[in-house]
Amino acid sequence: MRLLRDGSRDASTFSDNLRVSEYLIGFAAIIAAAGAALLTGPAGIEKTGVLAELLDQVPFVSIDSGLSSIQKNILWQIRLPRVVLGALVGATLAVSGASYQAVFRNPLADPYLLGAAAGAGLGATVAIVTGSGDGIGTFDLVPLLAFVGALIAVALTYSLGYSSGTQRSPAALLLAGVAVASFLTAIQTFIQQQNVDTIRQVYSWILGRLTTASWDEVSLLAPYALVSTLLILVYRRALDVMRLGDVEASSVGIRPQLVRLVVICAASLGTAAAVAVSGLIAFVGLIVPHTVRLLAGASNRIVLPLSILFGAAFLVLVDLLGRSLASPAEIPLGVITAFCGAPFFVVLLRSSKRTLG
Amino acid sequence: MNFCVAEEVVVRVGEKSILDRVSVSIEPGEWVSVVGPNGAGKTTLLSVMAGLRAASGKIFIGGRDLKELSSRERARLLAYVPQHPEIPPGMRVGSYVLLGRTPHLSFLGMEGPEDFRLVEQVLEQFDLATLGQRTLDSLSGGELQRCHLARAIAQATPIIFFDEPTAALDLGHQQQALERIRRLREEHQVTVVTTMHDLTLASQYCDRMILMSEGQIAADGTPSEVLDPDRLSDLYGAHVKVLNVDDHLVVIPVVERYELG
Repeated sequence: MRLLRDGSRDASTFSDNLRVSEYLIGFAAIIAAAGAALLTGPAGIEKTGVLAELLDQVPFVSIDSGLSSIQKNILWQIRLPRVVLGALVGATLAVSGASYQAVFRNPLADPYLLGAAAGAGLGATVAIVTGSGDGIGTFDLVPLLAFVGALIAVALTYSLGYSSGTQRSPAALLLAGVAVASFLTAIQTFIQQQNVDTIRQVYSWILGRLTTASWDEVSLLAPYALVSTLLILVYRRALDVMRLGDVEASSVGIRPQLVRLVVICAASLGTAAAVAVSGLIAFVGLIVPHTVRLLAGASNRIVLPLSILFGAAFLVLVDLLGRSLASPAEIPLGVITAFCGAPFFVVLLRSSKRTLG
Repeated sequence: MNFCVAEEVVVRVGEKSILDRVSVSIEPGEWVSVVGPNGAGKTTLLSVMAGLRAASGKIFIGGRDLKELSSRERARLLAYVPQHPEIPPGMRVGSYVLLGRTPHLSFLGMEGPEDFRLVEQVLEQFDLATLGQRTLDSLSGGELQRCHLARAIAQATPIIFFDEPTAALDLGHQQQALERIRRLREEHQVTVVTTMHDLTLASQYCDRMILMSEGQIAADGTPSEVLDPDRLSDLYGAHVKVLNVDDHLVVIPVVERYELG
């Protein structure tokens, strides 16, 4: 990873733009994680067969993998969409976390800060207890209500936070987020208590899972993930300027309120869509950006793109662990992210000479 | 033509007037120091003139109404260094100075070779060239002050506002900071507006002083016109003497018992 350069006076080294080598490391991490996840599964398909089947997709290469049509189906319709969904969810949560930390200039900020988790939780609980989680026809209402719940919660937080005073400070927004989250969680807990028979289903959703991954869910999340990520990346330099505080940022021509609004909207949209398909996966939005910051530097021009790449790789890997460690049972993703991520992060925090900014 | 004009500026917080119909006009290339007791409205006047604080009244920079400028256009006309600038943890000196180029980049733009060249020159000029890769949080107070000045210069604006550029600096660093401002003013022909507490230092460097009291202008003129011992004693509530030492004005508070003869 990036080392602090010696006394180089070349000003182009100050620009904090990501270098090609860093992109390559990020992509290599995704490919390694995805490769491992595609090769592993309870169906026990021959690894060489999977590799041959994958190589067969490369243009001008034709290899007979020897996989049966059922095995091919498992690879293309079960394992691959799950890997792609994991990567999309991981990338979205990590970049949303990084951008919340940037706009609030608060290292503890995570994608659920403004009530997205509580709103989504309430939406999903309503869908599950009313039985619509089993699907009306073939349509599953859980992701839809979770998505809508998350967006309503963030909108509520934003309007409360900005109507609370003339100051329009980020702190007011954070406090509004805490209030909205507690209120919605209270309603959710009440509904859950009144419907004890569905508690297991609700609980499994809250801990996060990719068990229902399919191409449908990938296509549900992909447009939101793409729009949200691109918008955030467009503002990566402005977010670096925002590190100077609102007054100085505006003295060099940035409009802090506008940047904050756009980035929060983009990150919340991405988070809501990710939560809708995967449930509440905690810690990704905290651990990944901070790990990147400690290894590569605090500039948002480094942290945001690398969070996307490493967030994707991280969640694919976590999902692989979740479905292999106690196979055939699955461990909820939130449990793994916290169990592996937290100690790793502590070690990194103690050994790093860099600062979290 | 007056370069920077404030007309009838009023800032109120609740019932209290922080600035009460203040009008100021500054000529191109001038160094104006805004002085006055604590709470006189110096910093407020500076941030209003820099377009960073809302106020009633009008501000014109180079003949253009500040309210009609976009924030980018405004940032190409004026730079502002607050009294206590933020020190983002982990940010390198070079990256920090490059942020000064922000108003000159397009919306999606990143810095180009021209920005790098300019920043290299500025770092050289402020003796920061060897510190470019160091992080801001590892610097001394004097080095940090140079970084703030360098970022303002990298912004390449015709007017720069400094709020207390010598606060928290020792005697030597105070003088060095002001010398640098004087030099860059001569080299880049920039107009400089500072707020300052130290009347002696202010009088030695600036062309003109604006003495403020309770949100109004109490005196406006050359240092020798403004630094009247009776006026200062009255406004600051202290016994003050103004001495002339080798053609430099020196303002000293005097305890009555030991009155100098």
